[in-house]
Amino acid sequence: MPVLLRITTRVCHSKTLVRRGTVQIPAPRPAHFEHDFPSRVMIPAYAKPAHLRMRKTLAEIAEWNNSKGPNLLLAGSPSLGIITSGVAFQYAREAAPQAGILKIGMTYPLPIDRMSRFAGSVKKCVVIEEGDPYLVEAAGDAGIEVEGKQEMYRFGELNSDRVRRILAEDSTPEPKRAPGKPPALCPGCPHRNVYTILKELDCIVAGDIGCYSLGVLPPFEAMDSLVCMGAAIGVGLGLRHSLPAEEAKRVVSVIGDSTFVHSGITGLVEMVYNPPATGHVVIILDNGTTAMTGMQEHPGTGRTLEHAKTGKVVFEDLARSLGVRNVHVVDPVAEPEKLKTLIETCLESLQLSVVIARRNCLLAAGSIREYERCHEQ
Amino acid sequence: MSSKPTNVVIAGLGGQGVIKASDILADVAFSAGVDVKKSELHGMSQRGGSVSSDVRFGERVYSPMVPEGEADFLVVIAPDQIAVNQSVLRAGGILIEPSMIDESKLTTKKSVNVALLGVLSHHLDFPVDAWTAALKRNLPEKLHEANLISFSIGRNQ
Repeated sequence: MPVLLRITTRVCHSKTLVRRGTVQIPAPRPAHFEHDFPSRVMIPAYAKPAHLRMRKTLAEIAEWNNSKGPNLLLAGSPSLGIITSGVAFQYAREAAPQAGILKIGMTYPLPIDRMSRFAGSVKKCVVIEEGDPYLVEAAGDAGIEVEGKQEMYRFGELNSDRVRRILAEDSTPEPKRAPGKPPALCPGCPHRNVYTILKELDCIVAGDIGCYSLGVLPPFEAMDSLVCMGAAIGVGLGLRHSLPAEEAKRVVSVIGDSTFVHSGITGLVEMVYNPPATGHVVIILDNGTTAMTGMQEHPGTGRTLEHAKTGKVVFEDLARSLGVRNVHVVDPVAEPEKLKTLIETCLESLQLSVVIARRNCLLAAGSIREYERCHEQ
Repeated sequence: MSSKPTNVVIAGLGGQGVIKASDILADVAFSAGVDVKKSELHGMSQRGGSVSSDVRFGERVYSPMVPEGEADFLVVIAPDQIAVNQSVLRAGGILIEPSMIDESKLTTKKSVNVALLGVLSHHLDFPVDAWTAALKRNLPEKLHEANLISFSIGRNQ
């Protein structure tokens, strides 16, 4: 049975004291492999019985969740009960310390009977959940009488203030916080020259996610799309195929080194297999690290997450092996003029090109030199 | 300690050590044995944008975020970030900002965050030893001396 542990934004951006449990569950170390074809091979003949087994197991889990599930009941005033889950529980406790609370620890399959009993034990039962109305709709579908939040609180994050407003059924406009200073590419960041050039050449830029997403903000404003990791290449190719030729010719895909190894390679295969009539230009911004998330290694650096030497995916070799004939490596800081001429030439050639703009991230450069020095010894 | 938590918001720009300062404060509260939660908005914290971090401690803390208008202390490392964050401070709450210290006395300008923690420490009940220990736990050894000096400059204002 697959299990999803859903961790929302604020949980990932918070720290607090945690008491470690006493139950230790060691990672399974099977003595040997056991064949079990019907359970693991989802050909049609085995898939249908597997589907039946899954529904039966889910019904058992729902029953378990009702009786012994990881749900917490806090007694409180009979006039107000709150059904909640996740970090919203903390906001609810702060906003309504007198209320009875049912905190649902496992939200699928839901402990519907437990929720029904709880809702029946209080005069008014309100569901406090962040984002889309999942719990409140499931409760409503099951015939449980609960109230949800007003539509305005569906958008953005909750906090104890907003939960107070929800409980008071207050839908007057909320106070707006003054906007802060947006982040920007570091002074001396190697991506800066690339965006300056793309702006000068009036390119249509299919972008991707990383520090270099900041190319969308002033002073560059040189990124036209950002969807998900690896989409730079697929979206760029789609634009090349669909736009009028004069505009299609200006489309460039921009993707960082770690994003490229994560999910850009399939896009490159597609580019070779279904080349747009006007060709295409993919720029890999190779700064030698995963800068945005904290300088982690990736398969293109040739070092493990612990910085030990390991196999290295060489982007230029990979691109050539797929059949891209125009593959170039250039240093965007040492040779900005060369980079500009190169991008212009690639755009005009109407062929498939991969340009690797390679220069280590300023914040990682010192550490990278140190790792390389250690490996040489 | 009362049942209502003490609320501190630390704010500044990426690279100024906002998160580090909040880690140190949370560590001090932790070592004092009280409940503590912290939350941070670090978008891209080394990319120069606005950064802020909430630290709440007391007998019992629920939400990790300081509600609007309920901060007891607002520590701002970048003067241009005061206006942006002012609304989080409660009436009578205390603003701590760089003009309160003589920056020329600091061994390194990078330790303004720690100097302002020094100013904050003056208003809180934690013993100075707890601050010293937390500073040492959260900073590399080569930075200990400069930061301990900065801390005492702030504390003795």
